[in-house]
Amino acid sequence: MQTRSKLKKNIRDRAVLFVTLLLFWIMLNGTLAIDSLIVGIFVSLSITLLFCSGLSFFTEFRATPKAFAAGLFYYAYFFKELVKSNFKLAAIILSPSLPIKPGIVKVRTRLKSKMGRLMLANSITLTPGTLTVELDGEWLYVHCVTVDSTDIEEVTTQIVAGFESYLEVMYG
Amino acid sequence: MTSFVDYLGGLLLVAGASFLFLGGLGIVRMPDLFNRIQAGAKTTTLGTLLILLGAGFLHPEWGFKLLLIGLFLLFTNPLSSQVLARAAHRVGIEKSSKTTVDMLAKDLAKTKDLADNGRESS
Repeated sequence: MQTRSKLKKNIRDRAVLFVTLLLFWIMLNGTLAIDSLIVGIFVSLSITLLFCSGLSFFTEFRATPKAFAAGLFYYAYFFKELVKSNFKLAAIILSPSLPIKPGIVKVRTRLKSKMGRLMLANSITLTPGTLTVELDGEWLYVHCVTVDSTDIEEVTTQIVAGFESYLEVMYG
Repeated sequence: MTSFVDYLGGLLLVAGASFLFLGGLGIVRMPDLFNRIQAGAKTTTLGTLLILLGAGFLHPEWGFKLLLIGLFLLFTNPLSSQVLARAAHRVGIEKSSKTTVDMLAKDLAKTKDLADNGRESS
């Protein structure tokens, strides 16, 4: 029974990979002409059959309406943070005294899935004054331009909580 | 013929370019590698996205490809910064004297100590 569900998951993963690759091919070519489409299907199919590592944006994505809504909010929040981080950095760079207080702090994440953690690490890198240096299970080591506190709980709420609440719904 | 859309596109291009300039300035001014990566990663992401958006306004027919470039950028840029930072930390690149705390180095030293002690007792 278990092998059967595993097989089903494997086929689903590969189908998702195939569709993603084909979609990218079509977008890159910008045409739906039959000859380019045939080449695209051939290439995507061979990649799908040869490589099966399941890490894609969709394999761990929970395809529920709630997850899609969370995804939208996540991107809105993400772009807001990205713009904020750029202005903050610009202010630091342009001030003559260079007011930085760098350090590497440790934060903990509640996310369980690989994709969720990857997205979280990426998001942290693009938010104000933080850069993920190392991932170790549920611990993330984050380099900060200005360290406000060294208390793990406090830093975690500061850096992680905003993204985590959305990613938790999306990937778990 | 210049229209409003053209002006908007041009404005976005200039804004993107200025963020890229600030990023370059940041790389010169920041004291150590980690802070330089910070300056580089954020400004290049937003700067390039703005430039792509501006190009999209000027040439709407490029839209799909610009969107793809933007997506790739969003996923690869932070990732490469992280990997660079991690490699730098593992090799033991010198940190700026302003650095206040390094919990990663502390934890690494702790696990190394544990491993050494374990070897001695066995």
